[in-house]
Amino acid sequence: MGGFPILSLMLLVPMVGAVACLLAGAKAARMIALVATLADLVLGIVLWANFDIGGAQWQFAERAPIFAGFSWALGIDGIALMLIMLSVFLMPICILASHSIEKRVGEYMATFLFMEVLMIGVFSAQDLFLFYIFFEAGLIPMYLIIGVWGGQNRIYAAYKFFLYTLLGSVLMLIAMLWMANEAGTSDIPTLMNYSFPVHAQTWLWLAFFASFAVKMPMWPLHTWLPDAHVQAPTAGSVILAGVLLKMGGYGFIRFSLPMFPEASAQFAWLIFALSMIAVVVTSLIALVQDDMKKLIAYSSVAHMAIVTVGLFAFNVQGLEGGMMVMLGHGLVSGALFLCVGVIYDRLHTREIDRYGGLAINMPHYATFFLLFTMASIGDAGLHHRQ
Amino acid sequence: MPPILIIVFAPLLAAIIAGLGNRALGNVAAKSITTGALFLSCALSWPIFLTYLGGDAPATVTPVLHWVQSGSLTFDWALRVDTLTAVMLVVVTTVSALVHLYSWGYMAEDPDQPRFFAYLSLFTFAMLMLVTADNLVQMFFGWEGVGLASYLLIGFWFKKPSANAAAIKAFVVNRVGDLGFMLGIFGTFLVFQTVSIPEILAAAPAMKGASTIGFVGLRVDTMTVLCLLLFVGAMGKSAQLGLHTWLPDAMEGPTPVSALIHAATMVTAGVFMVCRLSPMFEAAPAALTFVTFIGAATCFFAATVGTTQWDIKRVIAYSTCSQLGYMFFAAGVGAYGAAMFHLFTHAFFKALLFLGAGSVIHAMHHEQDMRYYGALRKEIPLTFWAMMAGTLAITGVGLAGVFGFAGFYSKDSILEAAFASGSEMGRTAFWLGTFAALLTSFYSWRLMFLTFWGKPRWIESEHIQHAVHGEHDDPAFEGAGADVAHDVPDPHHAAATGGYHPHESPWTMLVPLGVLSLGAVFAGFLFYTPFIEGESFWNGAIAYNEHLIHAMHSVPWPVKWAATIVMLIGFAIAWLCYIRDTSIPAKMATQFAPIYRFLFNKWYFDELYNFLFVRPAFWFGRLFWRRGDVGIIDRFGPNGIAWVVEKGSVVARKVQSGYLTSYALIMLLGLVAALTWVMA
Repeated sequence: MGGFPILSLMLLVPMVGAVACLLAGAKAARMIALVATLADLVLGIVLWANFDIGGAQWQFAERAPIFAGFSWALGIDGIALMLIMLSVFLMPICILASHSIEKRVGEYMATFLFMEVLMIGVFSAQDLFLFYIFFEAGLIPMYLIIGVWGGQNRIYAAYKFFLYTLLGSVLMLIAMLWMANEAGTSDIPTLMNYSFPVHAQTWLWLAFFASFAVKMPMWPLHTWLPDAHVQAPTAGSVILAGVLLKMGGYGFIRFSLPMFPEASAQFAWLIFALSMIAVVVTSLIALVQDDMKKLIAYSSVAHMAIVTVGLFAFNVQGLEGGMMVMLGHGLVSGALFLCVGVIYDRLHTREIDRYGGLAINMPHYATFFLLFTMASIGDAGLHHRQ
Repeated sequence: MPPILIIVFAPLLAAIIAGLGNRALGNVAAKSITTGALFLSCALSWPIFLTYLGGDAPATVTPVLHWVQSGSLTFDWALRVDTLTAVMLVVVTTVSALVHLYSWGYMAEDPDQPRFFAYLSLFTFAMLMLVTADNLVQMFFGWEGVGLASYLLIGFWFKKPSANAAAIKAFVVNRVGDLGFMLGIFGTFLVFQTVSIPEILAAAPAMKGASTIGFVGLRVDTMTVLCLLLFVGAMGKSAQLGLHTWLPDAMEGPTPVSALIHAATMVTAGVFMVCRLSPMFEAAPAALTFVTFIGAATCFFAATVGTTQWDIKRVIAYSTCSQLGYMFFAAGVGAYGAAMFHLFTHAFFKALLFLGAGSVIHAMHHEQDMRYYGALRKEIPLTFWAMMAGTLAITGVGLAGVFGFAGFYSKDSILEAAFASGSEMGRTAFWLGTFAALLTSFYSWRLMFLTFWGKPRWIESEHIQHAVHGEHDDPAFEGAGADVAHDVPDPHHAAATGGYHPHESPWTMLVPLGVLSLGAVFAGFLFYTPFIEGESFWNGAIAYNEHLIHAMHSVPWPVKWAATIVMLIGFAIAWLCYIRDTSIPAKMATQFAPIYRFLFNKWYFDELYNFLFVRPAFWFGRLFWRRGDVGIIDRFGPNGIAWVVEKGSVVARKVQSGYLTSYALIMLLGLVAALTWVMA
């Protein structure tokens, strides 16, 4: 690609689209949003096609110093590439799935496009503070999506989401400041090779853990998720489950594991314990839900717990298995939320008992729903964990 | 292109075409494509089997695709064919092809035929993937695939709540077994550092008693743990005691499904797995003892329940469960050849019995309760003779050294092997198995007598009344053809028949019955020698115990004759109860009411599981949700913090009263406090 700043371009396209949506009318905004997300999808495919598998660890790197060592630094590895692909793939679908939105369409589309900027930013940031900005700013559009275009109880859900996620971030910011000070740089690849003193690792690890555990979400910090999902509009749920939850796992892979290896080993028991509790408890809770979206939300918590177990197993299979489940879950839970959205638009209920016999009128829908459910159950072949 | 690729992937291709084409494709096209694919697979499978029958044929591996490469864990999609696979190939493709054909007739009135045939072909593909697996993960893929297809087919008539419940039950109970299988695979990878089946089997003998592994806090023999975990998977899929509860309920699915999946193929996957991994199990004697125990217990348990059921399909379902028990205890005593032989013969005669039962149900306008049958011998003679062949095969009719029906050879070898093994558990299995053979004979003849002999009792059946009065059942509820419903009521007919004329089934249903009848009659006679004594036939595909084969030939004569004698006793009792004096069963049921109720309610397993697992799971779910998530986490977490902030701000607001005097007072107090702090 010869130094062409494709990652910056991928950030720029939805950003421009967002501004345009704000200025345009409802109908035009839908069109602009679709075009912008599709353009980003195309850029993503170009990115993927040019990615050299087995080549340099960091590719498509861009560096532009801003001030005091803080720079506009982008670059991706294979893990980031997969998650970026997931994001750009889900976005046009979300735009299309939003046809039932009637209120403030321009703002809605702008918010989603802004969300896309931040998602790609999180996965491609190579500077600690740049990452932090993208990571935390992601809260704002999602907060608005739930709070403005959500269901009946949207204000409570939006605040809960916001408070929880904010909880960890302050601690993470402090840890980041300390790290940049200690290592003398905020460049992520450099920091990944920097060995922090073991006693400091403990505190740093905990600070990052606070943020990622909420995002993931890990038990017992998960209760914002069911509320957020239930209240969010369909497309919001798709992005939330499909991409935002993956930021927690990505954070563990990018920061906790490589930067604080000793602390990670030291705290593996904590991760395992919380994850095991989460798998059992949230699965049982999912069993008794009447609300379809809550059911999927709780099952997401259980799935993410499988991811954390895999990541902290400290072997290649665990890490790759965790990645596979993240990707698989990103697609599958997104798809399941879309499916629920489809029924909700028609029946205006999410109560499972009120459904039944849908396969008669909607055979294709039923086929897809089944396929995604099976994928969610984890039938071998659809996604595989080891 | 190697034929094995066509055998395995033709059904998949057909399933995709029929499934996606669905209504656009039309019934006839979808049915032709799937059935054609299966007959092609079947035609290609038999030559492979015959090659192995010649003896000393080597195993072949056909690579398909690279699959996973992750650190030290690597495996590919590859199709492995050896004797064991060849046996399964002919069983699966033959029964599946016949069931496809049979379904042309049986499902003729169903509005959703492409879907049905797509599922059947999909199932066949998954089953073929399972039996050709070269590594454990690929086997697990097939294992889950057949589970999915089974779920879809049990719930095929999804408008029926009972069918949905049965489908969910089958899936969930199987997941319990799958958990064992998965842990077994993980453990095997941990110990052997590979999931490739040939590599594991080559390394397994050296592992016998060689190491211990920590499992749930105990140090236990490695191979025992691995084999037990894998066997839990087999128990789930093969409906062994404890994890059997889904199989009888699975009869909610259309009858061809019961024949293919819940009799001939999928439920035998567990037996196949134990035989495939037999060198592993040979290295874990304790696990084999457990396999023998479970097999024998299941064989006895299911046979006792089978004697009391009224639903014709449930009788056969329990019979299947019981016969699977025979296969497992054969494997448990080391007679893997006998286990596979029984699997092979059972596939033919049990599929025959199910398809025969389907033909009866078809003739009786969806009535499945044998209390409303009777005297059907003359009405549907071809079905009768097919069922007769199946019954003679399952009860094991035959004369040693002359000729016998299929079950005669396979069941006798199993009982002889159990006795000859000489172990305590083997002897126990022999006694339980012999008693179960008596019960088998009894319930099989009971079924025959109730259905085909005696006087017609059709009038009491609601289904028959509907038929006579020309009311159609909703065809989506019931698959069978409604052509029988067009009969004009005959005013002169005896009251017992209600003026109803059962019709013989169409040729599409009768041809499979005929072919399977041939299998039920000749499969044992023809293939006894290679399966039981053919070391060169198996050629290392299973652990072959030559010593046991010799011991089997020298068992005392009462052991050799035991199965035949109890078969005759069972027949005699059935004849006495259901032909000679039909009041005996009712009297017995009253006389021994507690035992009867215990058996009739299937040993109360469903009630027990509901009490132990199902209700507690929901109860805990609600507890964790209402009390845990809402009651504790939310209450003291976000809501608690919000409450503190709110109350705090109320206090803070009161402080800002706007009165200068109170501000002055606070300033004074603060000054005093600060001074005190500094001075002290």
